[in-house]
Amino acid sequence: MAKMRGALRVGLSVAVLLGLTGCAGDFRYNWNWSILACTSENIDAGCIGPYFFWILEGLSWTIAVASAAWVIAFPLGSVFGILRTFDKPILVVVPFVKSPIYFRTRAIGTSKGIIWVNVAWFLHGFANVYVTIFRNVPLLVQLFLWYFVFPELLSDEAGMWVKREMPLPEFWTAVVCLGLYSASRVAEQVRAGINSISRGQQYAAMAIGLTPVQVYRYVLLPVAFRIIIPPLTSDFLGVFKNSSLALTIGVLELTAMTRQIEEYSYQGFEAFTAATVLYIGVTAIVMVAMRVVEGRVRIPGMISLEAK
Amino acid sequence: MESGGFDTHIIFHSIPFLAKGMLLTLELTVLGIGGGLVFGTLLALCRLGKFRALAFAAGTYVNFFRSMPLILVIFWFYFLIPLVVGEEVGAFQSVLTAFIMFEAAYYCEIMRAGIQSVRVGQAHAGQALGLTYQQNMRYVVLPQAFRNMIPILMSQAIVLFQDTALVYVVGLSDFLYSADIVANSENRLMEMYITVAIVYFSMCSLAQFLVRNLQKKFAHE
Repeated sequence: MAKMRGALRVGLSVAVLLGLTGCAGDFRYNWNWSILACTSENIDAGCIGPYFFWILEGLSWTIAVASAAWVIAFPLGSVFGILRTFDKPILVVVPFVKSPIYFRTRAIGTSKGIIWVNVAWFLHGFANVYVTIFRNVPLLVQLFLWYFVFPELLSDEAGMWVKREMPLPEFWTAVVCLGLYSASRVAEQVRAGINSISRGQQYAAMAIGLTPVQVYRYVLLPVAFRIIIPPLTSDFLGVFKNSSLALTIGVLELTAMTRQIEEYSYQGFEAFTAATVLYIGVTAIVMVAMRVVEGRVRIPGMISLEAK
Repeated sequence: MESGGFDTHIIFHSIPFLAKGMLLTLELTVLGIGGGLVFGTLLALCRLGKFRALAFAAGTYVNFFRSMPLILVIFWFYFLIPLVVGEEVGAFQSVLTAFIMFEAAYYCEIMRAGIQSVRVGQAHAGQALGLTYQQNMRYVVLPQAFRNMIPILMSQAIVLFQDTALVYVVGLSDFLYSADIVANSENRLMEMYITVAIVYFSMCSLAQFLVRNLQKKFAHE
């Protein structure tokens, strides 16, 4: 019964949408859906190119850019996120140098003449600066910096390699740029996830004698990563959608391909519709898959997870 | 043309041109936020209201726009608007419409989360006092909801400001595109793109700083 009502609703809304499109004023456009099925060059059928394969190719590039970028973003973002919550000092002794005077700051200090450096303070600061920079510059500007400016800052040889000799320069530039940008977003989620765990957990772990690293490994992270599955999913979908920016530096991903079909055939709406359906389809698949994952890894009895 | 070194002269030389671009970026941001807020609030009211058909339509709208890349939405409207209106309307109107429609979906979700973050007990207490639905919303639920969502609304405004750079794809002369014109005509890509990055970074960091202070102020009350 509920299912039937659901189907009825979907059907109704599709009908309403189509109706709206149909009667929207003076809408003169010659729909020709058959161009989406062009598999070869056939001028009579309106196919100047194999549009069908272009769309498939575009979709594969979109998925390739997004997946490769996520492979960078997830581990890097996790490390930065963890560093931003780690408040224990990591002291490293500077060998062979003795300090005649006593001083002590959060970053560097002395103890009985021996100089120590708090590595955690520097890592913490670096992670904060990283997140601030990557979050406050528009992604498109970052992409241009990586593609046009970064090779100029290298030595002539290395710059030449990045620009020309490297295999698929546009693809890899887009992947690295998107990966590093998204890492800053993942870092924020990981930090929020860890901070959302009550302090008692951490104290309890310390009380039973775990080292700070063990506290993270066995107590904080297993819970935090479960909590942030939904926001991480939407971050991944963000990477998937943002991969469309790669078209500005010449990666022929899904949006670029539909744009190209528009230029060749003047049937832009059919191509845009195809891309829209594909974006929505992939989004839906990822969301359903992640909901299954979320259910599988759920800790029995954890209310905060079940409530969402 | 000599191309080595970092030429600061070209940056100062193009300030008036870049300023014009920044004006368009800001205009787009402000109008986008205004329109997005109005439309987003309407969507949120539909989504939380008791008319189930409206709630369903609003939900579909939000999910639809949230699973599309902004660039594709910009392209859609760039080609769709002239056809629907029946005449050329210019890139600015098309892009602005795209921004409002797109951002409204995100604002709707922020509003919904804000309203739902107010504990049910508050609304019940309001009802127990004999307040009507409108009074309850006006005096009990919404003031608390707005306070909860202000920081997120502000962050979304910063995101929108950054997103306006995407109008580059339809060649509208915003800040980035203006810098791009100078960069390509003078062959000074490095100088111009670095300048653009620094300007965006300073403006966004400043805004972020203000938002954080505001957040603290609200938290203290």
